[in-house]
Amino acid sequence: MANSTSASVLFDEPGPKGRRKIFVANIIGALLLLGLLAAVLYRLANPPKGQNQLSWELWEPALNSEAWVDFYLPGLWKTLEASVLAIIGAVVFGVVFGIGRLLDFWPVKLVASVIVEFCRAVPVLLFMIFLWRGFSFMGMSDDASFWAVVWGLILYNGSVVAELVRSGVGNLPKGQHEAAVALGMGPVRALMSVEVPQALIAMLPAMITQLVVVLKDTALGSIIMYTDLLQESRRLGSMYFNMLQALVVAGVIYFILSYLLSKLSESLPERMQRRTMGIAKPPVQAPIAIMDPSNVPAQERAQERERPQGGAEPLYPDHYHGSNAVTEDWRTSHLEHGHDPKHPDMKPKLFQRPE
Amino acid sequence: MSGFADLFSQYDILAAFLVNIELTLWSALLSLILGVILVTMRISPIASLRGFAAGWVEFFKNMPLTIIMVFMVLGVFGQLKFQFSDNFDTNFFWLAVTGLSVYTSAFVCESLRSGINTVPLGQAEAARSLGLNFFQSASIIILPQAFRGAVAPLGNTLIALLKNSTVAAAASVATETSSLMSTMIEYNANLIVTIFLIFALGYVIMIIPIGLLTTYLSNKLAVRR
Amino acid sequence: MKHMFKKALAAVAAVACLGSMAACGSSNDASKSDGPKITIGIKFDQPGLGFKKGNTYTGFDVDVAKYVAKKLGYSEDQIVWKEAPSKQRETLIQNGDVDLIFATYTINDKRKEVVDFAGPYFVAGQDLLIRNTDAGTITGPDSLNGKKLCSVTGSTSAQNVKDKFASEVQLMEQTGYAECVTALISGTVDAVTTDDIILAGLAAAKGNGQLKVVGKTFSEEPYGVGLKKGDTELKSKVNAAIKDMIEDGSWQKAIDSNMQGTGYTPDAKLNAKDTLESQLS
Repeated sequence: MANSTSASVLFDEPGPKGRRKIFVANIIGALLLLGLLAAVLYRLANPPKGQNQLSWELWEPALNSEAWVDFYLPGLWKTLEASVLAIIGAVVFGVVFGIGRLLDFWPVKLVASVIVEFCRAVPVLLFMIFLWRGFSFMGMSDDASFWAVVWGLILYNGSVVAELVRSGVGNLPKGQHEAAVALGMGPVRALMSVEVPQALIAMLPAMITQLVVVLKDTALGSIIMYTDLLQESRRLGSMYFNMLQALVVAGVIYFILSYLLSKLSESLPERMQRRTMGIAKPPVQAPIAIMDPSNVPAQERAQERERPQGGAEPLYPDHYHGSNAVTEDWRTSHLEHGHDPKHPDMKPKLFQRPE
Repeated sequence: MSGFADLFSQYDILAAFLVNIELTLWSALLSLILGVILVTMRISPIASLRGFAAGWVEFFKNMPLTIIMVFMVLGVFGQLKFQFSDNFDTNFFWLAVTGLSVYTSAFVCESLRSGINTVPLGQAEAARSLGLNFFQSASIIILPQAFRGAVAPLGNTLIALLKNSTVAAAASVATETSSLMSTMIEYNANLIVTIFLIFALGYVIMIIPIGLLTTYLSNKLAVRR
Repeated sequence: MKHMFKKALAAVAAVACLGSMAACGSSNDASKSDGPKITIGIKFDQPGLGFKKGNTYTGFDVDVAKYVAKKLGYSEDQIVWKEAPSKQRETLIQNGDVDLIFATYTINDKRKEVVDFAGPYFVAGQDLLIRNTDAGTITGPDSLNGKKLCSVTGSTSAQNVKDKFASEVQLMEQTGYAECVTALISGTVDAVTTDDIILAGLAAAKGNGQLKVVGKTFSEEPYGVGLKKGDTELKSKVNAAIKDMIEDGSWQKAIDSNMQGTGYTPDAKLNAKDTLESQLS
């Protein structure tokens, strides 16, 4: 939003009159918001029944050192433990099955595809409940809920990573594969030593985005009694009956963690871009729709034109060159940048990155 | 195999799926409306509106849905006494829809914004040169094209929403699929794999067509430039 | 097929362990100090009965468990506490993950098929927890028509009330009793139902007398000590220990200290010394 004043093309730069109007609207909006906030706070302090939710009596036990040492920190540790293990497992799972889907050997491809599509379609909560009960029947009752959380997250996020690997390889310039083959590598060798490593670097920012998803989804573990941050803050709440306060603290911790991670994933791409020919930008969302590895480039290409709202310089060549865009080859040139999946040249991407 | 048939006669599995579908459809509608409002604010000339929309999106994007759901029941309903209906079942259903909608609206807004970025600058410039003001150019020129460019991420959001509707269990909606699965496993522990597969395949059957349709539509509707 | 799944799972779990030695090792560090250990399953989230706070455990179940363990020859630091959520109690015992379970574990015939019970060490009954101000209007389960009732997900106690006493009661399901009590205080629901001693524990934690247990139980829930099926030796030892506890007054002391400030007294007839002891065979 930095250069919103100069680069906004959606509207004319407001004149003095317009600016005055906006100023007044801003003040009215701010007053409305403050009014709403005040109403909510007033309601919390003076509920029709029950107690003053803002009283220090309720907040103190939710914030003192005992609460942190006995409840939040152990819970946070459990949350992080499950998240880290799950993301490592998801990368392993995703790389194995992503490569499985890229190999030119149909039985492997079929099995990998079925597993990945299945894991992507089933809600994580169902996985967790099933695994929790299943693990305890099989005699793992000791840590059943922990492993259920970890495996539930691995299966779902692993399948997302598998799609990221697949789309990452698909987004590499065709030349990478051709150069590898020209050096005498077989298709499998080219895939393993040239294409997949670059795809992995390219998808690192997306992985961090996925870590945010994992972190948030560990909170589902509290439904199956895993003693994560949410569950521990519930326990604190059942001790002092300040459930709302304890949950607010937990919510703030979750928010800060995922916010920092998302910021990290936004700053990472520039550094990663130097080490890969792929597109190292985090997608808005990882591809979820079946058979759709193309989501990522569509969004990448979308983001490159972010200038109306103050975005980046164009990275990828485009048919569109300003307002007098109708060129001689308008009938065919759209084929060059990925909108026609049926075109024979479309399989490996054709982006030429300008220096 | 008889156990399989028993399960279906003993529990109303289809009704549970119907609850999830209803949750999803209502939330999809509401979050779409909210998302469009948010994205309009996000690109509007008024800085405070942009800031508000950005804050909303960041907040809900980084907050676990489970916490939002628990808050809908204990905070919004319990403390603020914000109530949809005197009937508990209806009330919790709509609280869950509200929770899902505000959460999903953040992702709808992000999807639409990526769609807006597929609209070339010249479209906006042309709209301005025709003398259209912000609302006209946004609603007639930019957003319709943005929708076509955002089909894929919107489809993904819908799929995520359908799956997230199981978290309504945290908002006391006890008739939806994950709660029913839990109960069924408890009383039929020996059929655990069968029960899981019934529910899992139910979701696969619902989600794969949405995915295929999304991919088809995003290719068909993409504006060729 | 089940066997293969198990094997494959063990293999992947092992691989996952390589990635994080910490995660797999952490569960064993309790057994570092010497001497034989006894593993006891309790609730971790029920104030007044079994509650974990940092590394200390409090509640009536915990006190009984400590006493029994002492009689069996284990000092307090030889006890390994383990969480025993309601749905997992049978599997914990069958797999041998815990030796004893003291977790508001009602003795019934269905459970007796898979585990053995010592005890009962307490007889609870289903009751209602209400706001003090409602004491005049809600006197028992049959005065709940048109009211709102909370219980935890997966528990049958609320459904019982609806089926047997008040068909027009509205039910709310929450993940824990604390959420129910939060809803009760804020006026969202009018009553919370489960075993009276659990309710008393909740009221005790709340402290300042806003909540009240109605005190008119409408079911009988004898709490037993869960142990492995067929272990009659352990069962008789535990029974003897419980008998001692009732005899020497520690039982009453444990009730009093954990239920302090609630005005709750256990159902006198069901929990009379002789009645309890006569059931300890």
